[in-house]
Amino acid sequence: MSGVLLIEQALNGLQFGLMLFLLAAGLTLVFGVMDMINLAHGSLYMVGAFLAAWLVGLTGSFVLSVLGAVALTGMFGMALEAGLLRTLYARDHLSQVLATFALILILNDGVKMVFGTDLPLSAPAALAGPVELFPGFQYPAYRLLILGVGLALAVALYLLVQKTRMGALVRAGASNRPMATAMGVNIRALFTLVFGIGAALCAVAGALLGPLLAVQVGMGENILILAFVVIVIGGIGSIRGALVGSILVGCIDTLGRTGLQQVFREFLPPQWASAAGPAIASVAVYVFMAAVLAFRPQGLFPARS
Amino acid sequence: MACSFALFAVSAHAADKVKIGFVSTLSGPSSALGVDIRDGFLLGVKLNGGKLGGLPAEVLVSDDQFKPDVAKQLFEKNIKRDKVDFMTGVVFSNIMLAALPEAYDNNVIYISTNAAPSSIAGKDCNPLFFAVSWPNDAYHEAAGQYANTRNLKSVYLVAPNYQAGKDSLAGFKRTFKGQIIGENYTKLGQLDYAAELAEIRAAKPQAVYIFLPGGMGINFIKQYVGAGVGKDTALLLPAFSADQDVINAVGAPMAGLFNTAHWAPDFTNPANQKFMAEFEKEYKRVPTLYASQGYDAAQLVNAAVRDVKGKIEDRQAVRRALKMAHFDSVRGPFKFNVNQYPVQNYYVRTIGSDGKGGLINKSFSEPILKNHGDAYAQDCKMKD
Repeated sequence: MSGVLLIEQALNGLQFGLMLFLLAAGLTLVFGVMDMINLAHGSLYMVGAFLAAWLVGLTGSFVLSVLGAVALTGMFGMALEAGLLRTLYARDHLSQVLATFALILILNDGVKMVFGTDLPLSAPAALAGPVELFPGFQYPAYRLLILGVGLALAVALYLLVQKTRMGALVRAGASNRPMATAMGVNIRALFTLVFGIGAALCAVAGALLGPLLAVQVGMGENILILAFVVIVIGGIGSIRGALVGSILVGCIDTLGRTGLQQVFREFLPPQWASAAGPAIASVAVYVFMAAVLAFRPQGLFPARS
Repeated sequence: MACSFALFAVSAHAADKVKIGFVSTLSGPSSALGVDIRDGFLLGVKLNGGKLGGLPAEVLVSDDQFKPDVAKQLFEKNIKRDKVDFMTGVVFSNIMLAALPEAYDNNVIYISTNAAPSSIAGKDCNPLFFAVSWPNDAYHEAAGQYANTRNLKSVYLVAPNYQAGKDSLAGFKRTFKGQIIGENYTKLGQLDYAAELAEIRAAKPQAVYIFLPGGMGINFIKQYVGAGVGKDTALLLPAFSADQDVINAVGAPMAGLFNTAHWAPDFTNPANQKFMAEFEKEYKRVPTLYASQGYDAAQLVNAAVRDVKGKIEDRQAVRRALKMAHFDSVRGPFKFNVNQYPVQNYYVRTIGSDGKGGLINKSFSEPILKNHGDAYAQDCKMKD
């Protein structure tokens, strides 16, 4: 594998990882702080993508649409938390799983009724082509934008959680909820806000990935599974864990999809390599999760250590 | 069961109408294909004045929801309760193969409007199965042949990691004489191809050939253009990854791409000119090749029912009439092979301006494969 290819694959892995992080960050906070399993987190990603595609049709501006979709999805998330999910905090995990699974079905059909099964969404024309990063190395401009936005949000989120008063409250809530309440923290309002931020981050991922992938009903389910893998690897409730876990999962998936077939080709007959490569690549992420769980059952960066 | 069957088989006088069960994927992300087949089929019936072969036609349309088990139930309902004379409509091979036994077991003829898998083309061929579309391998064999005529020496192949993916690449390799410098089997349903595109860029092939049906192909093409791989590498496509539905989804980057098919919207035979004009008038859009297959299916049934003079209870006679294929196909010359799969011409198409600001497929005048059948027919031992 040449150097240029390795750099390109590393960028691809990082780009995929950062988008996973935007989902996993919200998921891990909701799971860690509120002890709530929210399967419908992927549906917020879908809602964000559909809102962005719908707004592009209205405004014609990609940037405005993404911002609008993020704001609207954040508000939608807060309304969902205050109106429905709040009543589930006291329930056991099984009730939460059942209720939020129902929510997936409702949101899927709701979106289908409002927008249809899919909407077109294209990257802005200025970013449609590749850019030459250095001689002999081209990379799609739009993926660079995603990389930039993902990195900026990761830094911003890190500062928010580690350096601000609100972040301190969130971390206090994550490590010991009764004590935080006893110290006078308004946990209810905090939870609503955290959920809104999580929903907004989902919308960023949905709106940015929409042009690359496809804005369609059910798009949230596949990526949600990977987001859960990320937070299990990183440690539930930990933003740092979510970031490291996302980038690891992104890189393992990207390299596994292509590198594995090449490695197998070195020492296996071609028909075996082409059979074994994709088969192992599709489970590589889960094998890695199992290995992490075997050696560090609480994840790489547990919130409650 | 045996009794009701016996009751049916006796009479051979002309029926008072012809009933057709039409099961297809009409909802979900893959619904565009089924909708076009349905619209093509219903247009064919409508242009015949609502009749097929002189008998009033009743078409029972239902949605398999892209689920094999649902399709099987719908087949059973259409055949046992509605007592249809023909079944047709399914888009996808896996769904059709799950439902076909219902038709076989009850002596009902199935006219395939799309799926024509290799698994039932050879020794498992069935007298009740007629494909009015194209054998699954054919587009890929045509693409391999086209790569030869372009004198391409190195090609990189991409397909999903499942049976149809491997079959299609095998079809390409059957005719292609150059070197395959890379093969990548991706996950079925994968939507992000950044890693594969990086591999392709590093491998520097002269051309890339993909078998990625539906949304997978749309995403691959968009990202292929975005990554700028197309500057040094030609992209060859099977027609279903470059048809009107894909053109509408991807837009301008499709211009100038080459693909292989058995039909193109610009065919000048009278049957096709009528089809194009009537379809655009009826539905206000350009038909896909799926629509052309649905339309041809209706014409095929029309011809067979006409030739048996409405005596559709005589399945043997209907089969023989179907096999003659006495109809003017929108694709031009058409006949059935021994396994009742088509023998026909395949063309290279290129995507260019339609003169109204949009894009449309235009065919090369000379076929790339002439009177082409499939590689499995010799294993089919069908009597009569």
